[in-house]
Amino acid sequence: MSQNPIPAAMPLDPEALAALDHLAARLGPAGLWWAAGYLAGLAQAGGAAAGAVAATGTAAEAGVLVLTASQTGNARRLGEKLREALAAAGHTVKVVGAADVNAKQLVAARTLFAVASTQGEGEPPDEARGLWELLAGRKAPKFADTGFAVFGLGDSSYPLFCEAGKFLDERFAMLGAQRLLDRIDADVEYADEAEAWIAAAVAAVPAPAVRAVAPAAFSFASAAVRDADKDHPREVGILAVQRIVARQADRAVVHYELAAGEGFAYEPGDSLGVWPLNPTAVVARVVAHLPGAALDAPVVRGKHERPLGKWLGEQLEITRLARPFLEAQAERSGAAELAAVLDKSPAGTARLQAFVATANVADVLERFPVQAGREWTAGELLAALRPLAPRLYSIASSRAAVGEEVHLTIASVDNGAASGHLWQRGTAASGNSVRAYLERNTHFRLPADASQDVIMIGPGTGVAPFRAFVQERGETGATGRNWLFFGARHFDTEFLYQLEWQQALKDGRLNRLDLAFSRDQAQKIYVQDRVRERATDLWSWLQGGASLYVCGDATRMAPDVHTALRDVAQQQGGLDAEAAEAWLTELAATKRYLRDVY
Amino acid sequence: MSKSPNVSSAPLSAVEGIKTCSRGLRGSLVASLANPVTGAIADDDTQLIKFHGSYQQDDRDIREERRQQKLEPAFSFMIRTRLPGGVATPQQWLALDAITREFGNGTLKLTTRQAFQVHGVVKRHLRDTFMAMNRVAIDCIAACGDVNRNVMAGINPTQSAVHAEIHAYARGLSEHLLPHTRAYHEIWLDGEKLVGEVGEAEPLYGATYLPRKFKAAIVLPPHNDVDIYTQDLGFIAIVEDGGLMGFNLTAGGGLGATHGESATFPRLANSIGYLPKERLNEVAAAVMTTQRDFGDRTNRKHARLKYTIQDRGVAWFKEELFRRLGGPLAAPKPFSFTTRGDRFGWETGEDGRLHLTLRVPGGRIVDGPAAKWMAGLRAYAELGLGELRLTPNQNLQLANIAESEKSKVDALVAQYGLGIHEAATPVALDAIACVALPTCALAMAEAERYIMDFSARVDALLTNHGLDRERVSVRITGCPNGCARPYVAEIGLVGKAPGRYNLMLGADALGTRLNTLYRENLDETAILSALDPLIAGWAAGRRAGETFGDWTVRNGVVVPPAVEA
Repeated sequence: MSQNPIPAAMPLDPEALAALDHLAARLGPAGLWWAAGYLAGLAQAGGAAAGAVAATGTAAEAGVLVLTASQTGNARRLGEKLREALAAAGHTVKVVGAADVNAKQLVAARTLFAVASTQGEGEPPDEARGLWELLAGRKAPKFADTGFAVFGLGDSSYPLFCEAGKFLDERFAMLGAQRLLDRIDADVEYADEAEAWIAAAVAAVPAPAVRAVAPAAFSFASAAVRDADKDHPREVGILAVQRIVARQADRAVVHYELAAGEGFAYEPGDSLGVWPLNPTAVVARVVAHLPGAALDAPVVRGKHERPLGKWLGEQLEITRLARPFLEAQAERSGAAELAAVLDKSPAGTARLQAFVATANVADVLERFPVQAGREWTAGELLAALRPLAPRLYSIASSRAAVGEEVHLTIASVDNGAASGHLWQRGTAASGNSVRAYLERNTHFRLPADASQDVIMIGPGTGVAPFRAFVQERGETGATGRNWLFFGARHFDTEFLYQLEWQQALKDGRLNRLDLAFSRDQAQKIYVQDRVRERATDLWSWLQGGASLYVCGDATRMAPDVHTALRDVAQQQGGLDAEAAEAWLTELAATKRYLRDVY
Repeated sequence: MSKSPNVSSAPLSAVEGIKTCSRGLRGSLVASLANPVTGAIADDDTQLIKFHGSYQQDDRDIREERRQQKLEPAFSFMIRTRLPGGVATPQQWLALDAITREFGNGTLKLTTRQAFQVHGVVKRHLRDTFMAMNRVAIDCIAACGDVNRNVMAGINPTQSAVHAEIHAYARGLSEHLLPHTRAYHEIWLDGEKLVGEVGEAEPLYGATYLPRKFKAAIVLPPHNDVDIYTQDLGFIAIVEDGGLMGFNLTAGGGLGATHGESATFPRLANSIGYLPKERLNEVAAAVMTTQRDFGDRTNRKHARLKYTIQDRGVAWFKEELFRRLGGPLAAPKPFSFTTRGDRFGWETGEDGRLHLTLRVPGGRIVDGPAAKWMAGLRAYAELGLGELRLTPNQNLQLANIAESEKSKVDALVAQYGLGIHEAATPVALDAIACVALPTCALAMAEAERYIMDFSARVDALLTNHGLDRERVSVRITGCPNGCARPYVAEIGLVGKAPGRYNLMLGADALGTRLNTLYRENLDETAILSALDPLIAGWAAGRRAGETFGDWTVRNGVVVPPAVEA
């Protein structure tokens, strides 16, 4: 932390004072006001470098924001004209399209002008659909001291005329912004009205107040607040549930957004623990195999007595199979097939893995019924089951980008307790919350030196922490380069977060993206194949100090990638197999080869 | 108005810049195809790929759903073939059938310009698709873009010899006006050479090609199936004593317009003069280069030949054209049109060969619950008989069949349910629709998926008023750009928004008079309510043989636009 010197009567030396006078003479009234706020923000931040402020764009956001929602370009062009007029009047102004705007930018604007066109039957332009959802939804921003005005473009031959403009005008007012000008509903011929509105808009912008512009955009709950941990989970609200694979995909991947404020001061790389509830349908099927048992009947297991329904619903694993229960059921049923699954040879182990991936306790009870006289009592069955364990998910967001939210990327598994629970709670009409806690993952961290490059290998849902990484490095202005390897089965259906990666590439927040879609061509291609193809550049990045991260499947992907990395070292570094392995070991020891695999 | 080329002080349209910098229509297409992050191509390339016969589209039915899924739109490409006069061999049909099943959406679209369209080809399959077409000598050069598009030719099966000659002229004209750039071969065919290839310079087009699309057709009276007056460039065959002598030239037709912009409008072509048949290519090139030099390159909505002629006058156009030709053309020769729609069923040509014209609703070759068009036509093509002709009204003619094969063909038609024409009403037989939703980026309303429902509603109105099986031309487009030639329909619907259309009335039945806006932005109920009293009035007060369109004009229901002499 730099010192915070107490200003003397005149803290500037003569040379600095002359430079300031020279600059001030060039600024004009609006520029002077703006600079006052800017410098105050710098002072408050302890004299942060000017470059850092400019890079985050915070300074511009505090001025005038012109928001355009355009289908054919008319609204965008009108927004540009307004920008020119405002800039000529000395205001700091930024034009942003509806597809690119976020809640932070909206509420940070002191003055907000919107130009919106209307499509078809009163619909917003395609680019504005996300914004519409935001403004109408649970996550709508609250304005504090923002003034606004809306110019609607439309065609009065349609029944719902200028509906998009009306929507924005109403929502902005409802969300706490102050209306500076009456809304304009302009028809196909709008040039004159637009000209008059621009003049009125320029006149309506207040002189910039002295406003501290702190480079850090968000403040979080004090670090003194204790993390929500495994034994002290908190109820967190589910804000959004969105399937992020296409309709033709044969397995679902769901993006969740949870409201996680106090107790969830996570860093990129951390995981969220979720305490699941077992699906009631599976509970009912299990109870059906306990003669005479009832959900509300108290049952003792260990030192505790609880109703049977509570044990099976909240305390014990019934969606994941474990050996003690399977062995007992094999014995009670006498089923040879079940016994074969439990065989401890390597082949048997493989069979067991395949079996437990596709069946739950209820399935086993149904498929391998107990022999007469060998029925389970409730107490016996509970004793054979394992305590319910929380599920851990790599967090897919950075607080610098999303504020007090946690995003998750979850492949839903048939019978999966946690994914099913999240889906059910997230899509329920009410009670949209789950019990969750923060699981620190201190070994999986971005390099402390933000100028270092990072290489991220994350096929499937393994991409989750890398979404957090890219968000974090983008928001904090990290200067190191970011390279992502992503893979899935099909480009058309399973390219997780495709739109976000495209935007990140455009913005320069992601420098390289290599893709492997295994089933889009005759020969299967995986991320490890792309790693080998990119050997020259990979080696060069790593020689330059890049950190390498791998996240996802531990049984096949991670070892295959490891082998590919060793091949890269052999081929590019002229190492033999042993030396290449040693090089990877050294890379891991220096925390530049980090894995989060499961 | 200035008479010298391209003197407007307005800036050139953005597409002009893209063409100029395109290095012979190459742009960054190769890089766009190689970019694995998106199924789309770069913005500028979406303009250039049209010149190669393809449009980037996306499935609009799921656009919003995919946005929420954080996925880009389901981009795919429509590929349109160049098929002068609409004639394909059985071998070519089989290839296209296989192509759309492997790379496309498993259907084929027969267009109103006698071309095939394959829809739903994703970017990574584009090259394979072009190469598979090339193996059966089908290319897509200039099927879209600011160039001369697929050259149409009337289908008249009874005049076999003249039809063959006209078709040869259509093919020759298409070749003559073809761009010379090798970009198509380089990008899609790995530089593979096609027969008849020439060098790189563009003697007819120059570096920036035409200001806008350019459509040419040849028609054989008395059958105006190509809607000759809607074409930028038209040739009306003049036949004397059974032999083709020459052509009447028409110029300046075009249908595209933009909602809410009165400076844009459909326009019928002017009659310019007569030429002996040998001069067809020369005259066509002179018309096209006049438009190349004088067309408006500052505003793409005002860039068709029709605006050049409208703004500068027919007299100016003739003067400029005749200067380029080294002298005037003779006066047009007399001819007459008596029909426009296709004639269905079997017909016999002068040479004794047989032709079967089938009604293909919406021009869509697809295996439906009743008619199995894909399977049926595959089975037919496998017989290897004659040729398949795409009509200008989106229908299909199985042509040039020997009498001895007729029963075999009849059996296939029955087996696969393709004899729709045998029972359909005249309205259902003549109705035309463009593709529209879900793939066309321009569509504001349904067209192809709605046309048969709507024509059945019109038939019901006719039946209510005792006009069972009366003939009225019905055409629907999803936007004002005119692909289904809705502005020369007696009942034209032009899409404005989902479920809403402008209702256009007053065209004649032969394509010689435009219709006029009657009511704006109506839903189906309102359209039928508007039509009901008019059809009642027509039923009650029509003169002998008077068409619906003529009745609406005579009774002042609409006032057709004035026509320049």
